[in-house]
Amino acid sequence: MFGIARRLREHGVLGLNERNNRYTLAYNPRRHYPLVDDKLRTKQLALAAGIAVPELYGVVEIEHQVEGLDALLAAYPDFVIKPSQGSGGDGVLVVAARRRDMYCLASGVVMDRTALAHYVSNILSGLFSLGGHPDKALIEYRVRFDPLFAAISHQGVPDIRTVVFQGFPVMAMVRLPTRLSDGKANLHQGAIGAGVDIASGRTLSAVWRNAVVKEHPDTGNPVTDVQIPHWERLLGIAAGAYELTGLGYVGVDIVLDRDKGPLLLELNARPGLNIQIANRSGLLPRLERIERDAARRLSVEERVAYARRHFAVPA
Amino acid sequence: MGNRHVYTLAFVLAVAGLGLALYKVVALGFPVARGEKADLWDVEVRVRFFAQGKPVKVSLLIPRSTDRLAVVDENFVSRGFGLSTAVVDGNRQAVWAIRRASGAQALYYRSLVQGLKPTGKERPVPKPSMPATTALEGRYLAAAEALLAEVRERSADLDTLVAQLVKRLGHPQPDGDAAVLLGAHPDAVKVAETAIEVLALAQTPARLLRGIRLTTQTGEVQLVPWLQVYAEGGWHAYDPASGEAGLPDDFLIFARGTGPVFTVSGAGKVDHTITVRRTEESGLEAAAARGRALHPHLVELSLLSLPIQTQGVYQVLLVIPLGALLLVFMRNVVGVKTFGTFMPVLIGLAFRETQLLWGVALFSGLVTVGLTVRFYLERLKLLLVPRLAAVLTVVVLLMALVSVLSHRLDLDRGLSVALFPMVIMTMTIERMSIVWEERGAAEAIQQGLGSLLVAALAYLVMSANSTQFLMFVFPELLLVVLAGSLLLGRYSGYRLTELRRFRALSASQR
Repeated sequence: MFGIARRLREHGVLGLNERNNRYTLAYNPRRHYPLVDDKLRTKQLALAAGIAVPELYGVVEIEHQVEGLDALLAAYPDFVIKPSQGSGGDGVLVVAARRRDMYCLASGVVMDRTALAHYVSNILSGLFSLGGHPDKALIEYRVRFDPLFAAISHQGVPDIRTVVFQGFPVMAMVRLPTRLSDGKANLHQGAIGAGVDIASGRTLSAVWRNAVVKEHPDTGNPVTDVQIPHWERLLGIAAGAYELTGLGYVGVDIVLDRDKGPLLLELNARPGLNIQIANRSGLLPRLERIERDAARRLSVEERVAYARRHFAVPA
Repeated sequence: MGNRHVYTLAFVLAVAGLGLALYKVVALGFPVARGEKADLWDVEVRVRFFAQGKPVKVSLLIPRSTDRLAVVDENFVSRGFGLSTAVVDGNRQAVWAIRRASGAQALYYRSLVQGLKPTGKERPVPKPSMPATTALEGRYLAAAEALLAEVRERSADLDTLVAQLVKRLGHPQPDGDAAVLLGAHPDAVKVAETAIEVLALAQTPARLLRGIRLTTQTGEVQLVPWLQVYAEGGWHAYDPASGEAGLPDDFLIFARGTGPVFTVSGAGKVDHTITVRRTEESGLEAAAARGRALHPHLVELSLLSLPIQTQGVYQVLLVIPLGALLLVFMRNVVGVKTFGTFMPVLIGLAFRETQLLWGVALFSGLVTVGLTVRFYLERLKLLLVPRLAAVLTVVVLLMALVSVLSHRLDLDRGLSVALFPMVIMTMTIERMSIVWEERGAAEAIQQGLGSLLVAALAYLVMSANSTQFLMFVFPELLLVVLAGSLLLGRYSGYRLTELRRFRALSASQR
């Protein structure tokens, strides 16, 4: 048992306690949390900073507005409903199409108007928010993902999670939805996580439910050595999250839209540790390197260059 | 730098907590485990007399601690009388005095006496001086010498000599020399005094003790005499009634020597009673009494000064932080997932009433049925708070049903289901159903079992008799618990479950 702990330590694997003690508690000022815990605020912040985000169609804030939901949604054939303060992708509903007055979800389930209204009500009453606080429901643009990903994801939208430490992109993974994850891009819900080489933007190994995989379990296509487009721009958006929020240790989720390129989806002040499994590599050596070097104030471009230089995976 | 601060603080807290507890154990003799019942007696001496408007002086010899019996607390009730205590001829004497008093008067002396384990070691006592000449004269002297010669003839050593002597003197119909010495209607005191006189002829110092026996009596007791004979550097006690050697452990000495135990001057119709009551106080209270005498503030500020009922509440409250510490350990060091932060501790608290197996069974049953109802409610598309209220109602109904059914079946344990915190149960059901829907049944059941495991462990820690007692008697140990929480708050090592989670990484090459 201690042997495993020692080997993990040698590989620089970051544990939950250490992440909390040494990174989130130390580098993320509590007062900045609301900026990322509330997706609406994150979106407004990003827009103000000129960072591309999925377009916001509307916000449902009070129960009374649920009645006007149909009118609000009439203009859009497809959209995404999500709780503003949801955590870990919980409560995200993707409507892919409409058939008469029914809503077809990306997962294939069909919902009628009552069911949809109830769903929104549940969001408002705080079912998905941390601590059960009353919440808002965001209705926004449904990302049309880059065709590249069609071969390696099941339904839902793959996203790219980057851990950014003091403005430096430290480690990245692409999260590919599977049938098991019900189209959601969360590893704990059964999505695939594939590590991404920071330098080149090519996927490395992939893990699915704690096992290393080479192909997507639903499509059978290889998930390793896939080049992620717009990599440079994507890293720039991720690195910019530092200036955006003032959070020193943050997880940046970015989606790649077929037409609009990288869009900032959400930020996470307590990013999970599965990214280490996806990359088959520990975070600590990279974090400690930045802790040693980060005294200089660098621009976003310089930080990205630094990361691509130092965190490259040897071929 | 932050860590050093925390470590220092934790160290200081732990040292303070342990130090204070240790001091209470070592210096004040607080018991560290329940069940160490000390032998305690309440001894009360009442002196009544009728004052005639003249100055009154009452002196009373009061008990003195020995290596077997300690006077841990005492008080005097003497309205209007001036009181002084002094040590006279090795006896403690209390003197009440008043310039002018009339009518019926009563004075009380009360003490709390605790039995001690005899240390066994007796310090050698120098031989007391003997009067050069005996007070006996004429035929008394002759009778005494004859008696001594006779008993010496029939004995081998001091023990047998005293036994013989007492046997002769204490005989119901003393004959010959003994009868001469004792005179008419001798009582036990006269027997002992006579024995002392006879022994003096043999150049053997002896003295009279008067005191009471504590063990069996509850109620009024009489002073009984006891005989002590000096030999080989120590006093040896003999029962003047039987001649048997030894002083009973429960013999509380009021007076050594022949002087009166109490005297009253200036008043008439004097009478005294001594009552003894065995008290059921625990060793804890005796220690508290001892502490009160030594350090009034320490005990005044302790929980022992609270009313009994409130003490009961704190006996429970004080173990909760211990359960919380265990919870922190299970979550942050082991990595067990639970529903709600402190829910397992509260459930564990409820287990105290239901006992473990019943508690686990009732909890599982309630949650299972509650979940079923919750899944049904999901179809009704209710808003969150009304739905929570509905689940709460169902939980209460279920609890009532379990109580009624188990009562019918004569399963008394089932009644205690009412002590489950119903709001916590409701929230558990709600969270579990959400996890069930969002993360799947496996995750929900895993977290449910984790909660139950921690609840059971918390129960075992919190309900252990010794923990409850320790925390109650030494609430300063909470400082140690606090220190533990602080230290765990800076723990940044792996959780046990992470070793499994990241095990793929431990093998891989960097």
